[in-house]
Amino acid sequence: MRKMLFVDPEKCTGCRLCEIACALHHEKTLNPVRARVHVAKWETAGLYIPILCLQCETPICETVCPLRAIKRDPNTGAMLVDYDLCVGCRLCVQFCPFGGVEIDAETGKVRKCDLCGGEPVCVKFCEPGALQYIDETTTNRIKRKAAAERYSELMKKLLATV
Amino acid sequence: MVWNRKTAYVNLSTEKIVQKPISKKMRSLYLGGRGINMYLLYNHVKPRINPLGPENVLLIGAGLIGGIPCLGSGRCDIAAKSPLTGAVGDSNIGGFFAPELRFAGFDHLVIVGSAKKPVYLWINDGEIKIKDASSLWGKDAFETQTAIRNDLGDEDIKCLVIGTAGENLVRFANVRTGMKNSAGRTGMGCVMGSKKLKAIAVRGTMNLEFAYPDELLKYCKEMNDMIMSTRWAKAQSRWGTMVIFNNTNTTGLIRTRNFQLNRSEEGRDLEPESMDRYSIGMAGCYGCTVHCRHRYVLREGPYAPLFGEGPEYTSLGAFGTMVDCKKMETVLVANHLVNKYGLDTLETGGLIAWAMELYEKGIINEKMTDGLKLEWGNEAVLFEMIRKIAMRDGFGSVLADGFKDAIAKIGKGSEYYAIQIKGMSSLQSDERATPSLALGIATATRGADHLRSRPAIDLYGLPENLLEEIYEGPVSSDYTSYEGKSRMVWWQELLYAVTDSLGTCKFQTVFCALHAPKWKEFSKLIHLVSGIEISKAQLMEIGERICTTERMFNLREGFSRKDDNLPERFFKEPTPIGLPIARNRKIDKEKFNKMLDEYYALHEWDNNGVPQKETLKKLRLDKEPSHII
Repeated sequence: MRKMLFVDPEKCTGCRLCEIACALHHEKTLNPVRARVHVAKWETAGLYIPILCLQCETPICETVCPLRAIKRDPNTGAMLVDYDLCVGCRLCVQFCPFGGVEIDAETGKVRKCDLCGGEPVCVKFCEPGALQYIDETTTNRIKRKAAAERYSELMKKLLATV
Repeated sequence: MVWNRKTAYVNLSTEKIVQKPISKKMRSLYLGGRGINMYLLYNHVKPRINPLGPENVLLIGAGLIGGIPCLGSGRCDIAAKSPLTGAVGDSNIGGFFAPELRFAGFDHLVIVGSAKKPVYLWINDGEIKIKDASSLWGKDAFETQTAIRNDLGDEDIKCLVIGTAGENLVRFANVRTGMKNSAGRTGMGCVMGSKKLKAIAVRGTMNLEFAYPDELLKYCKEMNDMIMSTRWAKAQSRWGTMVIFNNTNTTGLIRTRNFQLNRSEEGRDLEPESMDRYSIGMAGCYGCTVHCRHRYVLREGPYAPLFGEGPEYTSLGAFGTMVDCKKMETVLVANHLVNKYGLDTLETGGLIAWAMELYEKGIINEKMTDGLKLEWGNEAVLFEMIRKIAMRDGFGSVLADGFKDAIAKIGKGSEYYAIQIKGMSSLQSDERATPSLALGIATATRGADHLRSRPAIDLYGLPENLLEEIYEGPVSSDYTSYEGKSRMVWWQELLYAVTDSLGTCKFQTVFCALHAPKWKEFSKLIHLVSGIEISKAQLMEIGERICTTERMFNLREGFSRKDDNLPERFFKEPTPIGLPIARNRKIDKEKFNKMLDEYYALHEWDNNGVPQKETLKKLRLDKEPSHII
């Protein structure tokens, strides 16, 4: 069973541990702008959403790459950049609709989530569980349960009024 | 490396800015954050200056290990001579500012002089500019941050700002960042206002290199697991610091109606469970697994719609029990108001509660209060008083000067009712049943305060052999006892001084959890971050150096043993209600003085609280002020 990095924004507390742990793991330096995951924040409304590559089934980055430098890792399913082929044209950055690929200001190359080879560091550091690395099928179960809870709340309300 | 983070000296009068490196020697003596700030305070603030004059020095400091992915490492220390107390002014703030300052290349800012017109500092990747803030003057603490982000076109900018209260020189105006984080105590926002410095905006994209990044990452994960294994952190994750309320209010350890009662019998709605009605989830500061504050929304009522963060346990007292308000909603609205205006929640609540008692006793009347009936639990009066203080309107302006000046102005025995030490109000905790906590607030260098040395684990009644192992000396496990409590306070004081200098959160060391990271873990983190080896004994010595430096500052300003005291009511009025362990308790003056003697002796200060010659020599403080930096 393949795993996926599941984002549950309702649980995010905006602490940015995912960003700093990611940067420290990949770049061996503390610098959240060089992370591969970022928390999009609407501070005055209290909304926090972690954003990172979704490892699409039909990845646009792969399609637009003129040098076929973005390939899927058969083990984890992550889309990986082959830096021997990448020329830094940034077409992937321009076309990804989720902001999942970005440019590293220091190297000029593109940078994206590689699922840390199957053990994502951001997930380890995410205490509230806004980031989870779980079986693809489980993600549906989580959503189903959440929906069922909402239904049951509704049922309770409806029954209470009868 | 962390060694390349600089200190920037900014003169707002001459607009001259100088950048200097921070020497390894300074690091080995004071680490960073509060430690280096206290050195700078002693060396750069001349004796007996006017804290609101251009000669006062505003110090901003990030911690030595600030920014690492554990232990809430985003803390920032802000210091100056306090306009509220005249003593050490020092306040610690969470949020996201300090790490951003490090990413921009700086660990410390030393700000002197005062600008002719409102300005703000713009710090970006090694550069500092002084910018016009005329259009920001008059904006509240939320609007100011949004306006700066819009002006500079970068929503990731982090700001320290003041609100209306800071502009109006309210003596306990705070410095704010984000929706809720505040450097609340000792009036650092007032100092910013006196310098016409509306904000400090920062954005950084520079690498912060560590000595052992891989090992550090692994160890940080261990630290996070360690803190999350404590019940205290788990409870805080769910309820915030408000979780303390259930325990203290049930027992009878909370000041109610200023100091008349020690629990709020009808305050059920103030229990943290009420937050389920308003909370949309928790929010964390930078690098924190505990996330101890709520994001809350008021959807109904006259103040809706309103979004805010918090409130802290402190606000439950300030706008709940102390003023005898009994509704969570009152606390949420008041919390939002003080955050907007930029007022210290504790000082504001403490002063209003005092004024309400004076009104009840007939010491002040409606003529003095601009027609306001300062009755207990009157929510509308509470909100109006908050506004009046922030705007310095009428009676609000009397309270805006803090306890010392307000007592002088009101007179008529009003001093007796003021729950303050060194001119600063205390937390709502009622320390009459807990001598260790009482000694802590009496001796805190910045005035009555629970975050300088509070041994909160004293309330747990832990086995004495365990306490002896931690505190390295005999300590009674009975919290109503005086035995060994001076040792607890002294030990915690050193630990917190080091924590504040490392830039991590006090709640993630031995505050309410025994099995939390402390000396050994701090040593290892310092090593992995900077490469240097510092032993536990050396860390304790650094803590001692910081506390003694603060002591020297206060002595120079005329404070002495007489100021390490409790309000008379602690000795005279026994607690009227609560569980048997907390009921009918007051502090025994003789035993308190004995505790104080022991506390001074542990610091190796003499009986008047003056550091002895040998102590100063040992701590390498005998040549201060040395002006090394």
